[in-house]
Amino acid sequence: MILSVASGKGGTGKTLVATSLALSLEGQTPVQLLDCDVEEPNAHILLRPEIDSSQPVTVPVPAVDKEKCTYCGLCSETCAYNAIAVAGRTVLVFRELCHGCGACSYLCPAGAISEEPRQAGVVESGHVGGVRFVGGRLNVGEAMAGPVIRAVKELADSKATVILDAPPGTSCPVVKTIRGSDFCLLVTEPTPFGLNDLTIAVEVAREIGVPFGVVINRDGLGDESVERYCAQEAIPVLMRIPFDRRIAEAYCRGETLAAAMPSWQEAFHQIFDRVRGLAAVGSVS
Amino acid sequence: MKEIVVLSGKGGTGKTTVLASFATLAENSVLCDCDVDAPNLHLLLEPQAEEVHEFYGLQVAHIDSEACSECGLCVDACRFDAIHDFRVDPLACEGCGLCARVCPLGAISMRDTLAGHWYVSRTRFGPLVHARLRAAQENSGKLVMAVRKRAREVAQETNARYILTDGPPGIGCPVISSLSGASMALIVTEPSLSGIHDLERVLGLCRHFGVRPLVCINKYDLSEENTRRIEDHCGDAGAEVVGRIPFDPDVNSAIVQGRPVVEMSDGAASREIRALWEAMATCSVP
Repeated sequence: MILSVASGKGGTGKTLVATSLALSLEGQTPVQLLDCDVEEPNAHILLRPEIDSSQPVTVPVPAVDKEKCTYCGLCSETCAYNAIAVAGRTVLVFRELCHGCGACSYLCPAGAISEEPRQAGVVESGHVGGVRFVGGRLNVGEAMAGPVIRAVKELADSKATVILDAPPGTSCPVVKTIRGSDFCLLVTEPTPFGLNDLTIAVEVAREIGVPFGVVINRDGLGDESVERYCAQEAIPVLMRIPFDRRIAEAYCRGETLAAAMPSWQEAFHQIFDRVRGLAAVGSVS
Repeated sequence: MKEIVVLSGKGGTGKTTVLASFATLAENSVLCDCDVDAPNLHLLLEPQAEEVHEFYGLQVAHIDSEACSECGLCVDACRFDAIHDFRVDPLACEGCGLCARVCPLGAISMRDTLAGHWYVSRTRFGPLVHARLRAAQENSGKLVMAVRKRAREVAQETNARYILTDGPPGIGCPVISSLSGASMALIVTEPSLSGIHDLERVLGLCRHFGVRPLVCINKYDLSEENTRRIEDHCGDAGAEVVGRIPFDPDVNSAIVQGRPVVEMSDGAASREIRALWEAMATCSVP
């Protein structure tokens, strides 16, 4: 089973929920946590895994053989990302804009374009106790998170319960993360900001066709609008984590809810049982 | 004219709270929301839209099933695993167009997709340029560029002193589009280990793009120990810490009421944000 934890709005507690769930399930089921927030990965800070392997993530980018190039300009005309340009008798490659689609090398009539790997980030694997960990990290200055997310997800173990910690937002990196999940937990906070971003995240989950439910974090700090919205839309609210300064302070120290307040583990067992039931039904609310 | 962009790396540290308050304090500014995935600034500024523009992102491939012979060349050529059973999955397609080029029957066309809208609106604090990417769309960086370009035009037309930009979380494409070429960045962080980790990466991004970073620590009293660590790190990295905002329940009440916090509270957070704006406004641009 693949369970992703997403939010729309940043800083609502995705990583707190994903890591606490993973630790709570340890010993009950084989569990693997995948940190897909490769721009700002944080799961390793709360889990402190032992890392036993690290692999570069590369994107294939064009390398032009000047001997063979006829400067016809087809590559530049073809590239949808403006990553290659022909100016007179010079070919410029803007490597950081390249998506690695291969169109230029495939189509070059002179066979002058080959591809070479360019590193965009790394993927690390390890474990903490019985929880296996995989995390991606985009290099600073790189624009595209997609290839690193893809590399993280390739290490998912189909026999384990896989928990994906998604990036914030509602665009391509989030879609790449939660596609293929059996269920998505949307973590929000009970404020107008939380509600606004939750409604967009719900649209994303519906568009992708992944069943979902809501976790309200910092419950009691805002208003009732998120609860009303979920009731109107028949979206199950699966957990409420109250606003509690002790939880916020424990998080500041890099502690999960499951470790700082072990009584919460039972609540994570319950949410997992409900999620399994809802995922089996498979309907998108 | 100073273009100040507020970033954080980590989401939810208080970018929009700080920026909306700056909007009330800055005279003669143009406001700009570059968090096009999950914009929030409009919730505090009650914008009245005066211009609405369509935004088209990357094209998406479409296979005409009548013309398709199912030869499979497109499936082999696609690096994004976007073609299944001779249908294109629009969520996986990255619009490279290679499939359309290799199809021997011309059965594949590239279609424009409406990926969102962007707006110029009136608010009681000045013009606001903002956008909304449709759910699950690509290419937020290009939409951010459209928003910033228009904000600069409006700033020239109105002879504005400041462009105040609310940036997205992360360090990837929409953040790079928000940051490059700005006068300075204000990074709003929080004293958590995650906040510190993400701050270090966003400071690296500022160095990479040559934009001067200033730092503000929000809810600093949740961990004074981590606040000291941030101050030490910023000292080493040459980034000035220009504000420390305490945890203050008025901040959340203001969000619930849909108002910038300095407009409705004289509490501890509001006082610090006012002082922070004074520091920002007098800060020189390198």
